[in-house]
Amino acid sequence: MIGVGKIKQYTNVLDRPLSKGKQEVSLSAFAFLFSELVQYNQTQVDNIAELERRLEDAGYAVGARVLELLCHREKGNRRETRLLGILSFIHSTVWKVLFGKVADSLEKGTEHEDEYMISEKELLVNRFISIPKDMGAFNCGAFVAGIVKGVLDNAGFPAVVTAHFVPVDGQQRPRTTILIKFAEECYSLNARLALRLPDIHVLDQLKREPEQRKTSKNAKTSNDFTGWVLVRNNVTPLSCST
Amino acid sequence: MAPAAPKSGDAIFASVDRVNAELFTLTYGAIVRQLLTDLEEVDEVNKQLDQMGYNIGVRLVDEFLAKSNVSRCVDFRETAEVIAKVGFKMFLGVTASVTNWDTEGTTCSLIMEDNPLVDFVELPDTCQGLHYCNILSGVVRGALEMVSMKTEVTWLRDMLKGDDVFELQVKLLKQIPEEYPYKDDE
Repeated sequence: MIGVGKIKQYTNVLDRPLSKGKQEVSLSAFAFLFSELVQYNQTQVDNIAELERRLEDAGYAVGARVLELLCHREKGNRRETRLLGILSFIHSTVWKVLFGKVADSLEKGTEHEDEYMISEKELLVNRFISIPKDMGAFNCGAFVAGIVKGVLDNAGFPAVVTAHFVPVDGQQRPRTTILIKFAEECYSLNARLALRLPDIHVLDQLKREPEQRKTSKNAKTSNDFTGWVLVRNNVTPLSCST
Repeated sequence: MAPAAPKSGDAIFASVDRVNAELFTLTYGAIVRQLLTDLEEVDEVNKQLDQMGYNIGVRLVDEFLAKSNVSRCVDFRETAEVIAKVGFKMFLGVTASVTNWDTEGTTCSLIMEDNPLVDFVELPDTCQGLHYCNILSGVVRGALEMVSMKTEVTWLRDMLKGDDVFELQVKLLKQIPEEYPYKDDE
């Protein structure tokens, strides 16, 4: 009888064994799909802010699910409780699973304590996209910003996440920056007591040692990112020991 | 100089850039969810997915022909085989099989056992009429129309509805000869 050796069909999708996450599709298939997503949303909105918001919503759904999937598969169901923990989870694990590499850098703002920045030379989603001049500052990275927001919100760290282009000298395409601004709740007294804040001792240390600061070369951009301290890049991770 | 021999689907898939299938799956899920929220009617969503697939298909066939170096297919049988073995593999990383040819050779079924679009997906009771993978039928239809074959593509079996495989029926309606937009002597 045909079909004797077939895989057992599970009635409930939750009973099926979880894949290892090694399956791949071609980049062009994803690029086509993403372009259709953007094109469809363009027909539904009147302005760029709405378009970015819709892309972000789409990404939010992806982020929520990615968090659940990765927490179960990669981290053995352990939940992040520290801010730096969740940020480094996003910067390395999430990026590695979704885009095949860790993000280029994770930086922290010194002017505002609650701002962090993940940079990428060329976002995968932006690779085949060119923005017409009349769309100004629109960035399809809003989808990725939505993914990050989804992960953070569902991990218990509400934040406002946006994507920006930052022009780089000597490079034709600007690099993309995901700006994360955490909400007040992450810094409440309860949160501090639950060790959610990075160690205050470390923050003071960062402020007192100006030679550790790497100022951005792009002070002339409208978003002034001077004064960012490099927290973690692929080469020298910053240790947070007391 | 003779053109390069056509490469197998596996060889091409190994040579293109690839991304994690889960990103693809989750993005597609987000698209379907957005469509359901906006359009609310399951039939409208099916139509919209088919249209999106059509748009993808007309551009996808260029890339397919460029990368795969297949020679011109002699008949529809060969076309279906090429789609199933090379096309699906090259873009989705899975192969399909071709079965159920009718007597004239104009209708066949593409059977997929593995579909990256439907990982983690379960259809709720309110959406039982939804063809979740309808974008695929649009892609096939669009791609074939660009190579002058007008087709009708429908879903026969759907794993999300309890069947054991995905079965896509492709029916050749007619061959459209190439039309040139200008006359030579004008």
